[in-house]
Amino acid sequence: MKWVYFTVFACCLYLGLNSFTENNPYFIITAKDVQLQIPPGFPKPVYEFKDNQVTPEGFVLGRKLFYDPILSRDSSVSCAFCHQRIAAFAHIDHTLSHGINGLIGNRNVPPLQNLIWQQNFMWDGGINHLEVQPLAPLSNDKEMGETLQTVLAKLQKNKEYVSAFNDAFKDTVITSQRMLRALAQFTGLMISSNSRYDKYVKGDEEFNEHELSGLKLFKNHCENCHKMPLFTDNTFRNIGLKPDTALRDSGRIRITGVEDDYMKFKVPSLRNVAMTYPYMHDGRFRTLQQVLRYYANGNFFGNYDKSIERNIGLTDAEQADIIAFLKTLTDQQFLHDRRFADPNFR
Amino acid sequence: MSKFRILVGIVLFPALIGLLSSYTIPNGQGKLNITIAHYAGTTLLNLDDSEYKNELGQTFTVSRFRYYMSNITLKTEDGRELISPTSFLVDEAEPDSKKIELTDIPALKYVSISFIIGVDSLHNVSGAQGDNLDPAKGMFWTWSTGYIFLKLEGHARASTSPGHIFEYHIGGYAAPNNCIRKVTLKLANGGLNVSNRGANNIRLKADILEILKTPFTVDFSKLSSVTDLHNATTIADNYADMFTVAK
Repeated sequence: MKWVYFTVFACCLYLGLNSFTENNPYFIITAKDVQLQIPPGFPKPVYEFKDNQVTPEGFVLGRKLFYDPILSRDSSVSCAFCHQRIAAFAHIDHTLSHGINGLIGNRNVPPLQNLIWQQNFMWDGGINHLEVQPLAPLSNDKEMGETLQTVLAKLQKNKEYVSAFNDAFKDTVITSQRMLRALAQFTGLMISSNSRYDKYVKGDEEFNEHELSGLKLFKNHCENCHKMPLFTDNTFRNIGLKPDTALRDSGRIRITGVEDDYMKFKVPSLRNVAMTYPYMHDGRFRTLQQVLRYYANGNFFGNYDKSIERNIGLTDAEQADIIAFLKTLTDQQFLHDRRFADPNFR
Repeated sequence: MSKFRILVGIVLFPALIGLLSSYTIPNGQGKLNITIAHYAGTTLLNLDDSEYKNELGQTFTVSRFRYYMSNITLKTEDGRELISPTSFLVDEAEPDSKKIELTDIPALKYVSISFIIGVDSLHNVSGAQGDNLDPAKGMFWTWSTGYIFLKLEGHARASTSPGHIFEYHIGGYAAPNNCIRKVTLKLANGGLNVSNRGANNIRLKADILEILKTPFTVDFSKLSSVTDLHNATTIADNYADMFTVAK
């Protein structure tokens, strides 16, 4: 008798899963879901979805592309492969990006959040616009290793995509512009602004004494670069990290050719920083403790930004308090936002 | 087809009224065909099969030659300018790309043509674009945003690159690596009267040997690859003078 129950259960499960994403309200995207809301206190966004008004269909297409390994040469790696939702779309516990054929890239995967407030992208700021950003990992030999022409041909051959593009853009022709704009609709709405810190600012949450002390210390020691409310000033700085002899990454100079940009990297946002370990452009620090210790020790290398010297001598207790504060930047609502969940459950 | 629009520039308001009214006089509008022929010195460029020599006497063949020509501007005798804000991708391997047709040209006498080799800075920072500026055209850098303005590739015995190849992929829209070069050329026979009937033609020549010399003489054994900002402006300075108007 047991096996009868089991078979019935298995059949139900199978039928259920088949229509899981289509009928499950968890995955349904409504017009309300794609409304852009600028969090109070945030500046005017850099990317304003001009010529690319977000629609539920465009967003759903962007989500489908984001979670689909079809974008990589051997269909093994999707955007989400390295950009995990639970890590604010960084790659938990991976020092460097991973790609097709088990290849390892050159840099630590940055989180994807509050992208519409960024003037440029990547650790070296090489990408100047949200819409063209996906072309970098897509064509990078050590990441997706694919060409834009081939991706477009693969998508055009796929009935599901032809129909999804038609839903989003009222046309069955799949162009790079449409693909990139759909991705921008999806990633552009990844906004993190509901951390405990944000609630504290609104008066909806209280901090304990360590968090309060950490906030004060943060303002004196860190906010010069990690400016609130985005927790970055979007500049590039040399924080005295010794260049890795294997990676030989020279930072922003590769983009600008300007001598002064040697070993400068983008100041990363610290929102959700407790979830985006490891740290630095090459993932050299595994924990926040290591990061704070680095600043406090003051063994800076090369022509570093002198403003970081204010951190030399931070005591263990002060470092711990700053970390307690940094943990309040974790935004559970963002990390569990159903709109950004993987729709490919089947 | 690209619509011409009137560049107001620094023209004062009263002058503007005059300018606009002069364009609506019943002379009408005509079509303009710009045809471009690619040369290697005095002979027409022939991909892959023909050998050429650079200034140093090093022999080479060319396998690819393509570039963006943008913002074509025509100037009248009295200094008024018409600008087409379009980018054209001219490719030796695509004969049709060497014929550019512009429509709605006011029937006036034009004395010079100018354009940029490359894509203007605005279009380098405007996100995903279509048509000639579609990144799928293969003239776009994905690791450092911007269009590749010009590609010249081929083989040279003297090159030390694998397979003796040489490749110059030149781009960069921002100082100090700006590779946009403006070209201004006087039209043949004192100017061109665009009429609303018949063919109005401008014939241009582009000489690939000029990309390899003046001011910088390219030695294939020393500089066989330029594919990022290193040495890019050097090659850009070279290509700035590759165009002439055919007599």
